[in-house]
Amino acid sequence: MEQKKKKHSQLREIWRRLKKNRLAVFGLCVLILLVFLAVFADVIAPYGYDEQNYAETLQFPSWKHWMGTDNFGRDILSRVIYGTRISLQIGFISLTGGALVGCILGAVAGFFGGAVDTVIMRFTDILMSIPRTVLAIAIATTLGPGLTNAMIAVAISSVPNFARVVRASTLTVKDQEFVEAARSIGASNARIIFRYIFPNVMAPIIVQATLGVGTAIILAASLSFLGLGIQPPTPEWGAMLSAARTYMRDYWYMVTFPGLAIMLTVLALNLFGDGLRDALDPKLKK
Amino acid sequence: MLQYVIKRILVTIPVLIGVTFIIFTMMYFTPGDPARLILGDTATEEEVTELREEMGLNDPFLKRYVNYLKDLSRGDLGESYTTGLPVTDEIKARLPVTFRLAVLSCLFAIIIGIPVGIISAVRQYSWLDNITMLAALMGITIPSFWLALMLVLVFSVRLGLLPASGLYGPIYYVMPVISISAVSVATITRMTRSSMLEVIRQDYIRTARAKGQTEIKIIFKHALKNALIPIITVIGIQFASGLSGAVVNEQVFALPGIGKMMVDAIKARNYPVVQGGVLVIAIMFSVLNLVIDLAYAFVDPRIKTQYSRKKEKKGSETVRSEG
Repeated sequence: MEQKKKKHSQLREIWRRLKKNRLAVFGLCVLILLVFLAVFADVIAPYGYDEQNYAETLQFPSWKHWMGTDNFGRDILSRVIYGTRISLQIGFISLTGGALVGCILGAVAGFFGGAVDTVIMRFTDILMSIPRTVLAIAIATTLGPGLTNAMIAVAISSVPNFARVVRASTLTVKDQEFVEAARSIGASNARIIFRYIFPNVMAPIIVQATLGVGTAIILAASLSFLGLGIQPPTPEWGAMLSAARTYMRDYWYMVTFPGLAIMLTVLALNLFGDGLRDALDPKLKK
Repeated sequence: MLQYVIKRILVTIPVLIGVTFIIFTMMYFTPGDPARLILGDTATEEEVTELREEMGLNDPFLKRYVNYLKDLSRGDLGESYTTGLPVTDEIKARLPVTFRLAVLSCLFAIIIGIPVGIISAVRQYSWLDNITMLAALMGITIPSFWLALMLVLVFSVRLGLLPASGLYGPIYYVMPVISISAVSVATITRMTRSSMLEVIRQDYIRTARAKGQTEIKIIFKHALKNALIPIITVIGIQFASGLSGAVVNEQVFALPGIGKMMVDAIKARNYPVVQGGVLVIAIMFSVLNLVIDLAYAFVDPRIKTQYSRKKEKKGSETVRSEG
């Protein structure tokens, strides 16, 4: 009961600090709006994302088509709205996958130390010595194009960062008394890691994840832009930009709105992530 | 100090071998039969089998990897499936473009980012600081390839001031460098600002002021020198971001660099070229990390002292044991 109360007050304290940061609240509001758009895209979007109308191809923005239409006569606004679903899905799912694997690897490395630590950390060193975009390109090449493969490529490329962060945090908590107490009552290593270590290293993981979703969205968009990620007609923003390039000289709006959508989403995630970091650890605020 | 340099170099070698293993493994599992790709659809099954045998594609995984390492040690990255030319030659022809782009972007980011970050820190919370931070925030969130498209739209299509694609002179680098370095400019500005803010509140800065030191000297001699370490780290990371940015942006500006070569090769399933491209970029990145780490040792006297202390300790232990 006491513990539950403490947890509640801790969450309230974080929320109180977060609320004070206007930019973070703005980021959170935009994020909520984007999630709303993604969930209710079928209802909100005026047209279907693949609804072609050859009588209205390459129309400039108007009251009927707020962001204009593309070369197939598809409404760009509707595609951007549906794109929110795809991009957020990629961002969150790939990041969750990457975080899960990275956290387990990092916690195991930090907790057991010795040879296990050396092997895991050298492996992350190797992955980190390939720039992330290039690594994602290489993985996407092996797996082939497609939504799932793009998510796997983005997820794998995010593993080393999580592993490093969690290992460092695990090292700081593994010798603390509560871990010793858990061990003394006969808790298994797995239980100690999942039940006692993880909750105590959650703050840096949450921050890394929030800021990482934006990077994941940009990375997935880059892959699609290069033709290695999501393929048409799926309305992913990067893929839309790639397809629009041919028409950009005469139809500026085709490359403008999907890019703005990426920028707004990443901006919201970064603002919220920065605010969350400050709220979780006020010492870090500069 | 020499001990630190040697140790750091020795750490890089197994990492690079690991990189070759990862890249080889990825390409090994990439679908598609290289022999069929080279010979085309018209070749008979016998011809394909013969070529597979000749290329050693039927060998076990480890044997192929060892052969790959042997070739690599001789600088042989294989042959391009499409042109038949050695991959090393193709890379040699394109590496300068990518390298120049990454270096220029990094330099541009340093030249803009550090002074702007310093001004922002010195004039904290002024309108200049607020505008700078807002611009930096935008810089971090804009995907570089989209910024590239927007620059083309404005400066090439609308204003006709800069060339949209190709590489026929220094002016062709302007837009690629701006779009690649946007993230780096923003990151270096933010890091310089926060690092400077931390340093200018220290006691030794107050002491320097109390001694009547000029503000310029305080900033450049006392503050910036001490604020440099995290900035150097960020610069290292930004060079990597420059390399990645170059890979994507070369596509937008049709620049004949490694990035464009790799993407074209992926589309043509020309895997030796992809493998070579990834490897060269990883090597460049690892070597840069090494240089950055070594640069720390020169900038941060603590690392130097740490190693000299170890040496002293060792020396005194030897004397003691001899005594």
